[in-house]
Amino acid sequence: MSGMKNGVNTDMKIRTLRRHIKESLRSVGRNGWMTFASISAVTVTLLLVGIFLVLMMNLNKVAGDIEKDVEIRVHIDLTATEEDQQALRNEISAIPEVESIEFSPKDRELNNLMESLGEDGKVFSMFEQDNPLNDVFIVKAKEPQDTMMIAEKIEKMAFAHKVKYGQGTVEKLFKFINVSRNVGIVLIAGLLFTAMFLISNTIKITIVARSREIEIMRLVGATNSFIRWPFFLEGLWLGILGSIVPIILISVIYKYVIDYADTKLAGHFIQLLDFSPFIYQVSGLLILMGALIGVWGSLMSVRKFLKV
Amino acid sequence: MIEMRGVYKKYPNGIIAANGIDVKINQGEFVYVVGPSGAGKSTFIKMMYREEKATQGTIIINGINIGNLKNSKVPLLRRNIGVVFQDFKLLHKLTVFENVAFALEVIEEHPKYIKRRVMETLDLVGLKHKARMFPTELSGGEQQRVAIARSIVNSPKVVIADEPTGNLDPDTSWEIMKIFEEINTRGTTVVMATHNKDIVNKIKHRVIAIEGGMIVRDEERGEYGYEN
Repeated sequence: MSGMKNGVNTDMKIRTLRRHIKESLRSVGRNGWMTFASISAVTVTLLLVGIFLVLMMNLNKVAGDIEKDVEIRVHIDLTATEEDQQALRNEISAIPEVESIEFSPKDRELNNLMESLGEDGKVFSMFEQDNPLNDVFIVKAKEPQDTMMIAEKIEKMAFAHKVKYGQGTVEKLFKFINVSRNVGIVLIAGLLFTAMFLISNTIKITIVARSREIEIMRLVGATNSFIRWPFFLEGLWLGILGSIVPIILISVIYKYVIDYADTKLAGHFIQLLDFSPFIYQVSGLLILMGALIGVWGSLMSVRKFLKV
Repeated sequence: MIEMRGVYKKYPNGIIAANGIDVKINQGEFVYVVGPSGAGKSTFIKMMYREEKATQGTIIINGINIGNLKNSKVPLLRRNIGVVFQDFKLLHKLTVFENVAFALEVIEEHPKYIKRRVMETLDLVGLKHKARMFPTELSGGEQQRVAIARSIVNSPKVVIADEPTGNLDPDTSWEIMKIFEEINTRGTTVVMATHNKDIVNKIKHRVIAIEGGMIVRDEERGEYGYEN
């Protein structure tokens, strides 16, 4: 922004910038109820967007955790010899998408079963002498999405008695996550658009109230950019002010939720995102969104008043 | 100085407000523009500071053809033309001083210069002692004097006034005229649209009468009046 543009000196002097800032702040204060309405519109929108964002990010995280936990349990045929087991193991390892393969002997399987059933599991102790369970290979995929494909391949192998990976459940989960992501993105976009529209309209009313001032500015030879600056800044302040309440609310609520979830989810593989840096990132994003909404809204409405 | 050649103006609603205007106003002249309401006086005046654009014809202000003027250069034109209105167009939330200073602030003059120049100008219109008051605390005549001060504070070559005494009583109108006379004797061109017969007939200047978008009479030291 320097030099002569179309003959009008466009150098932004510090003094002028100070004037614009003062002017915009004064206007924020002077327009009492309009300011309140604008800020409220940003606040409501950002609160909804923020909550949605936090939910989506956590859903993503949880989905990721669950995805990571998806494993294929290959029950080895009871008739398989050690050589057969080794051959099966080699064959599974040869699948490029497989990340790890772990052997779980049938004794361990029985213990796990008994433990998972608690008191009632003790009835199974009679099987300790003659264990009817299979030895199991626990296979993990590099990419959780490949689980089904790997399971299908293993099913065709010799001595793979049964292949289990939570058929149906895994597919449903993946589908749910994908649908939620898309719905979330669409909803956030819709909310943002609504907010911008609201701001644009609110600032338009502010500008109508100041149309006399703009008219006089134009009469005495103010450049368009000079006229635009205070409105640009006013929009910026409204947007930033509008992001304060959502940030505080979301931080406080998230802190509470996380503390609650920690006690409830303790010992589970599912975990919510840590407060830091997640909430700081969300806060930054909300401030940025507020600023963009405000600036965009004000520039949209000031444009039509600047026809020369 | 101000020159119009074959200026024609048709509004989107079909009204023809200027129908072949040819006129030349020299630097330092004082010109009354008279005519019935709706004759095209306001359009004539508005075209001078590019509030309205001529549909056809050439308008030259200070040697610049403003028909070809880019929108971005209109502010520069306006800085050389002071405009005064019937309804004053003051900002009621600003003091007298601030209203006048406004015209210099928006063209980014230095604050020290602004202070000195605004006080000088308020002195010229006799309102130095009311610099800190708000427009609503002033009489109509005083408000118009503030508006005049604002229009001349950046020393324009031309002052255009659209019925500046239209809202004022006769005595106050004379006071306002004295100020315009003073401005004119300092070398500023004054173009004033008016309905005030007394003033036009007593303070003799060039009179341009407009009717139906055309100049029907143009006389040095003319009388008020038009054909019908």
